[in-house]
Amino acid sequence: MHEIQTAGILDFASLERFFQRVLPDSLDRFAFFVAAFTLAFIVINVMVQTTAVYTWFERRVLGRFQGRLGPNRWGPFGMLQPIADLIKLMTKEDMVPKIADRWSFNLAPIILVFPTLLVVAVIPFGPDSFLGRLNIGILFVLGVTSVNTIAIFMAGWGSANKFAMLGAMRGVAMLVSYEVPMALGVVGVLILSGSLAMSDIVIQQNVPFLIVQPLGFLIFIAAASAEMSRTPFDQIEAESELGSGYNTEYSSMKFGMLFLGEFMAPLVTGMIVTTLFLSGTRGFDPIPGQVWFVGKTFAVVFALLWVRATWPRLRVDQIMAFAWKGLFGMALVNIFLIAVEVAVFQDDAGKISTNSLWIMSAINWAIAIGVIVAVANILGQRNLERPTPVPSPLANMYAEAD
Amino acid sequence: MAVKTEPVTINLGPQHPSTHGVFRLRVKFDGEVVLDVEPVFGYLHRGTEKLAESRTYVQIVTLTDRMDYTASMSNNLSYVLAVEQLAGIEAPERAKYIRVISAELARISSHLMATGFLLNDLGAFATPLMYCFRERERILDLFEMLCGARITVSYMRPGGVLQDPPDDFWPALERNIADLPQYIDELENLITGNEIVLTRTREVGTITAEHAINASITGPILRAAGVQWDIRRAHPYEIYDRLDFDIPIGAVGDTFDRYLVRIQEMRESVKILRQCVDQIPNGPFRSETPFFMRADEGDVYSGIEGPKGELGFYMVSDGGISPYRCKVRAPSFINLTALRDMLVGWKMGDLITIFGSLDIVLGEVDR
Repeated sequence: MHEIQTAGILDFASLERFFQRVLPDSLDRFAFFVAAFTLAFIVINVMVQTTAVYTWFERRVLGRFQGRLGPNRWGPFGMLQPIADLIKLMTKEDMVPKIADRWSFNLAPIILVFPTLLVVAVIPFGPDSFLGRLNIGILFVLGVTSVNTIAIFMAGWGSANKFAMLGAMRGVAMLVSYEVPMALGVVGVLILSGSLAMSDIVIQQNVPFLIVQPLGFLIFIAAASAEMSRTPFDQIEAESELGSGYNTEYSSMKFGMLFLGEFMAPLVTGMIVTTLFLSGTRGFDPIPGQVWFVGKTFAVVFALLWVRATWPRLRVDQIMAFAWKGLFGMALVNIFLIAVEVAVFQDDAGKISTNSLWIMSAINWAIAIGVIVAVANILGQRNLERPTPVPSPLANMYAEAD
Repeated sequence: MAVKTEPVTINLGPQHPSTHGVFRLRVKFDGEVVLDVEPVFGYLHRGTEKLAESRTYVQIVTLTDRMDYTASMSNNLSYVLAVEQLAGIEAPERAKYIRVISAELARISSHLMATGFLLNDLGAFATPLMYCFRERERILDLFEMLCGARITVSYMRPGGVLQDPPDDFWPALERNIADLPQYIDELENLITGNEIVLTRTREVGTITAEHAINASITGPILRAAGVQWDIRRAHPYEIYDRLDFDIPIGAVGDTFDRYLVRIQEMRESVKILRQCVDQIPNGPFRSETPFFMRADEGDVYSGIEGPKGELGFYMVSDGGISPYRCKVRAPSFINLTALRDMLVGWKMGDLITIFGSLDIVLGEVDR
């Protein structure tokens, strides 16, 4: 009884025990399934609804950035727009191209959505509300999110469309490349917290890891926005180049599913970043941890939106170069730095005091700025010399005027 | 064992977000690299030149609106200048100033659109485009004051303009002139120093001065290649010989230079507008010309510096109420001459960018 109270509201074990008590004794063996189904139902619904709200949020914010209004017709501030979109998507004709590979074409939307939902399972929403306290949480996240590479390739291949195929090929190359800096960006967090479990990582963040290791944060954010193919890395869709890339041939609710996955990705990324770098559910006391979590998540999402609204996209080879020449090296520097610092600052029990964390922050910020300036100068264009314009001797308009 | 690749032919367009209308490129790709380009156009062909042969000289003005619909004032101007030369009409001084003001406003609006769509092609999610359109909207408001229409203006007439600008036009124009430099600064802050824009556009789609001249390319693309050539200076028409303005040129002739030249030309246009507003005299806005005007037998070519290059009209008259032949030298069309040389060897993303930096309007390409 005591355990249930501390374990909180969204915990699989406590829910199973709850159903064991509620159900008649003869049905106890179903408690596991009932609990699992209930939790899955709650989580999937909450995530899908949040995504609907997020589509509205994204469109309103983009509207603000672009000096226009965004959706404002249905409901207060246009908040019912997602419902209108859904009705429109569901009533559209579901078309499959004649020469499409039907199996991969039809499976791709499902495969794209479910890993994103799976990630939610290991994220702590509050100090004591999480679905599964997986002791390898972050490894699970990295593994599960790689699945969408396959989904995107299946969608592109199955569509039997050249534009879709081009988008999918770019997607595979890019997503596989950015897995590496993403995983390496996380390693710094793991060294500092000494645990792979998401809830432990939160507990270790007496100083948010964003402050302790800014380099790791930036690498992770960049790699994550490539993973969900947002500008400046939106090669997979690349609207102005490929029409809409891998989802060119999709219509109706299959397209809806692809977009559900696509819009859920920033939310989930926001959650992961919040957990890993922004001290997750921790905050000042009167406000509950869940509110902190949602607030931080939307702050990250807003920052990602800001980037999306402003920047153009890189070319496909430049994206690869950035991953391997830029982010990869920076991630290695970050890992080395954190490892050395942890070895220096940890006490006999293997703990690092809050004061040491602050000292580490100061060192890391200095080095992060140095590394970023160095990489920007090596890879960047801004400092390249441009010749001053000289009128060509081939034509002289003043001579003709006379 | 070496991996064998096979080139793929892809139809970019006519329905494609970045073809600026209904242009079609049949591109042969090796992976991402462009091997060959074959442009296909004519989807928007409306027979403007043939239609002109059966309309009166005044009616043809409406046809010219629909060519380069981003700068219809310039089309109007080029056409009426040709007709005036053909029929030997002289427009009053005030009309000339009003025409120059309209044409420069059209140039700014066209360059804003070109810049915005170039950034859209680069992948910026519509934000720079909306910034550009905010300014363009105010210019279109001015056009609306002049003639009641925003895009298809039909404002100019052989021998003058449709009507004198209303009284509230001048303060609105002053406000616009005052605000435009700040807006251009804002745009430059957003774009010019952006690392990604630089990476994507520098040294991309370069065209040399010699190649540009040989391909008879005109306008900002020629000037970006380093050739200081502007018909407003070389063969001054209207009142341009009295105005003080610079001809910006680029250093390398790449996509970034084309963007920079357009930005600088907008600043020069603002300078011209300011001088025109200061100098404009009072007087009639149109000389007396009959509605069914006739021109003596003969032919004439007259070209102006449109926003996209040399926009010329070659008119032949047989003495009737409509021209015997009306041939348009459309800059958008002729600037496409070097398209293949610029695109081959670049990647898919560059193809879209280079094509966007040429700033073509299909209404003018296909006519």
